Amino acid sequence: MDVLLSRKLRILADAAKYDASCASSGAPKRKAGRDGLGSTTGAGICHAYTPDGRCVSLLKILLTNYCLYDCAYCVNRRSSNVKRAKFSVEEVVTLTVEFYKRNYIEGLFLSSGIIKTPDHTMEEMLRVAKSLRQEHQFRGYIHLKTIPEASPWLIEQAGLWADRLSINLELPTADSLAALAPEKSGPSIRGAMAQMHERIVEAKEEKRRFSPAGQSTQVIVGADATTDADVLRTSASLYGAYKLKRVYYSAFSPIPDSSAILPLKPPPMQRENRLYQADWLLRYYGFGVEEIASGGEEGMLDLAVDPKLAWALKNRGQFPVDVNTGSREMLLRVPGLGARAVDRIVSARRHTNLRLADVARLTSSLKRARAFLTATDHHPRAQLDAAALRERLVEKPQQLSLFG
Amino acid sequence: MMADSALRHVVLSDGADLDGFRRAVRALASARVSPDAVVFMTGAAPDLFGDSFAADAPPVALPKGVGALIASVVCHRDPERYALLYRLVFRVLNGERALLEVPSDPLVHRLDLMARTIRRDLHKMHAFLRFRRVAGEEGERFVAWFEPDHFILEATAQFFIDRFRSLDWTILTPVGSMRWDRLSLVYGPPAAREDAPAGDRFEEGWRDYYESTFNPARVNPKAMRAEMPKKYWRNMPEAASITALIREAPGRMAGMIDREATMPAKRKPERALEAMWDQEPKTLAALNAVIAAAGPLVPGATQAVPGEGPVGAALAFVGEQPGDQEDLQGRPFVGPAGQLLSRALREAGIDREAAYLTNAVKHFKFEERGKRRIHAKPTAGEVKHYRPFLMKELALVRPRLVVALGATALLALSGKALPVTKVRGPLRLDDYDGYVTVHPSYLLRIPDEAEKRRAYAAFVDDLSRINAMVA
Repeated sequence: MDVLLSRKLRILADAAKYDASCASSGAPKRKAGRDGLGSTTGAGICHAYTPDGRCVSLLKILLTNYCLYDCAYCVNRRSSNVKRAKFSVEEVVTLTVEFYKRNYIEGLFLSSGIIKTPDHTMEEMLRVAKSLRQEHQFRGYIHLKTIPEASPWLIEQAGLWADRLSINLELPTADSLAALAPEKSGPSIRGAMAQMHERIVEAKEEKRRFSPAGQSTQVIVGADATTDADVLRTSASLYGAYKLKRVYYSAFSPIPDSSAILPLKPPPMQRENRLYQADWLLRYYGFGVEEIASGGEEGMLDLAVDPKLAWALKNRGQFPVDVNTGSREMLLRVPGLGARAVDRIVSARRHTNLRLADVARLTSSLKRARAFLTATDHHPRAQLDAAALRERLVEKPQQLSLFG
Repeated sequence: MMADSALRHVVLSDGADLDGFRRAVRALASARVSPDAVVFMTGAAPDLFGDSFAADAPPVALPKGVGALIASVVCHRDPERYALLYRLVFRVLNGERALLEVPSDPLVHRLDLMARTIRRDLHKMHAFLRFRRVAGEEGERFVAWFEPDHFILEATAQFFIDRFRSLDWTILTPVGSMRWDRLSLVYGPPAAREDAPAGDRFEEGWRDYYESTFNPARVNPKAMRAEMPKKYWRNMPEAASITALIREAPGRMAGMIDREATMPAKRKPERALEAMWDQEPKTLAALNAVIAAAGPLVPGATQAVPGEGPVGAALAFVGEQPGDQEDLQGRPFVGPAGQLLSRALREAGIDREAAYLTNAVKHFKFEERGKRRIHAKPTAGEVKHYRPFLMKELALVRPRLVVALGATALLALSGKALPVTKVRGPLRLDDYDGYVTVHPSYLLRIPDEAEKRRAYAAFVDDLSRINAMVA
């Protein structure tokens, strides 16, 4: 590969890596036509993993890391002294197509620093997407970062070419945004999210394609004083109002050439991990934000145990749950039972009485679950109320997979 | 029929012999052979050791999930796979039809685990296989070498065809190979690593990407290995970087933390910042250039059809979308409906040249029927795609009264779907004083002549009122 292109790629991949999202899921199933390239299976594929445990699914790059904005948490802010580069539209298209042909990637995740104007930047990004779809008949995945300060007609176009759109909320409160990201504004971000949401819903009803894999966002955790409970309240309101597919949490991590107004110490990675677990409880386990928050102290989640276990330990009166008769809703609240395990339990118990050995075949986390459930041949008795239960179930300190 | 208890020997081909197993199951099931009375073997020549089956045994009707489970588990390397599967089939056919709904059953559990292993193997092959390009006389070819754990080569074929249909590719593995020549797939013999090309000119760039997307502040090799075990590394070009990335991470991390926050090297670019917020198109010409560059947001269309008329016009007429003639000429209201509108305007005393005429949707949406291009109504979502253009356009023209011609224009202007017949007449439209009436093409479509005349007269009446409102 061309040396200059290689150098740009290094700079612009490095500059893009602080965006946590790499998902290639949710697109409708597509196949390459006779002259086309690419497909989507619906589920997304991770083509490699880097030694930080993160999945490499999309070619995640910036069009340029030159930027007129000055967001304190961002490595690419205009006042930072990092190396700068800019791809041409054709270069991004070439990299995407050639990487795709070699089965390195599922598609492209394109974002950009703001050059000249938000509109100019967004128009360049759209040229990449249109060239891939129209000139190369590209059927792989495209995720476009939308610039909320760009004119509304550009958002109307972006969804026609992208599988997913996203706008980063960045900071959970308006005050933090004003302090750390002076060029951004909460209302314009939410306005753009609302516009995309409306269009996504209409297109689905009309059986047309507009950002078919929905929209997502990212919140930086630990760059300001917001509590976990407030972060989760923000997420719940976004899931409710705009039906976001995902809220990504990015623990603020040290960046080269960091700004003087940021905290010196990064938050523990475990905090990010707990927020993801809590987010999961919000979306798939029927928990409310206040319930999740009640498992921790003063609005912060318990770092030593996962949020479902933390809630159960403080609500032992609601347990044990009988695997043979308990409701689906309550089974979902048993620590160690995932949604899949619960489905399997509900299916199996229609045909047989479940003993503990049966449950062991239906979940891989029986150790955590057994104190909270009863089976035909099992009752936790005093185990459930033992003061030492929490002690016994605390995870050994170790570095955790963040995206496992 | 009596149950048959003599010991049977079933010999199947090496690999995933789904057809052979299916034939055996038909014969065994029709003779109601107990699973304890069957020995499955692979690889040997069937005529030497195997029992022969009647080829005409009837198909066995199995619940849907069972067939899928069989297709998956036969790919497993476990020599017991056929025996376990036959045991499942036998139980399903003998009173336990819903057996798969009992995932806690030890046999179902074991087969589930085997199926999960196969799913993972398939998924990893889809994910970790790397093609290398070979330049040839007939264009480029792509060749990959991969070592799957199980007999899944054939089960991955459709995935690679769907994805790389227009490429000429070959996948080589130790247990077989396959080649797609853009038209058909051919399976071939086992291959060796040396049969694949040794490198590719994009691999270095891919490694550049892999190294750069890694964040040394979050190093976690255990999580990486859980998803990408070492056994795959030797066939993945990027894996050569892993050792150094892990070794150097703590140093890079410490470097970032130790380094004090630096002072910005550049002054605040005041003029660039001012220019950044000044991005809005300031003239109709500038806006129309933006619309033309956007390309059609509906299927069809030769070109964008911009509005026409003077800035500051007292009246702005908004129609639905350009028609066939408008699309070809690039001007609004020049087809039959436009001519009718001109006539009605004249009769109402409105100077067409002094008014501003435009459409809610800027491109002609149509369906082809033979040689004719038939108008297709834009959906509500499509109308909304164009709404920001329309609102900006009106903001530049600044009319005193906006006339919505028909339902689509009304939707575009008000943002809501309203029935024209109910709100016909003066109506506030977004930030504008407005007036709602029918679209002239509606008049053209009325079949009854008397009715058509009445409707036309009503339309001219509307226009006269409109004229009086801005007089």
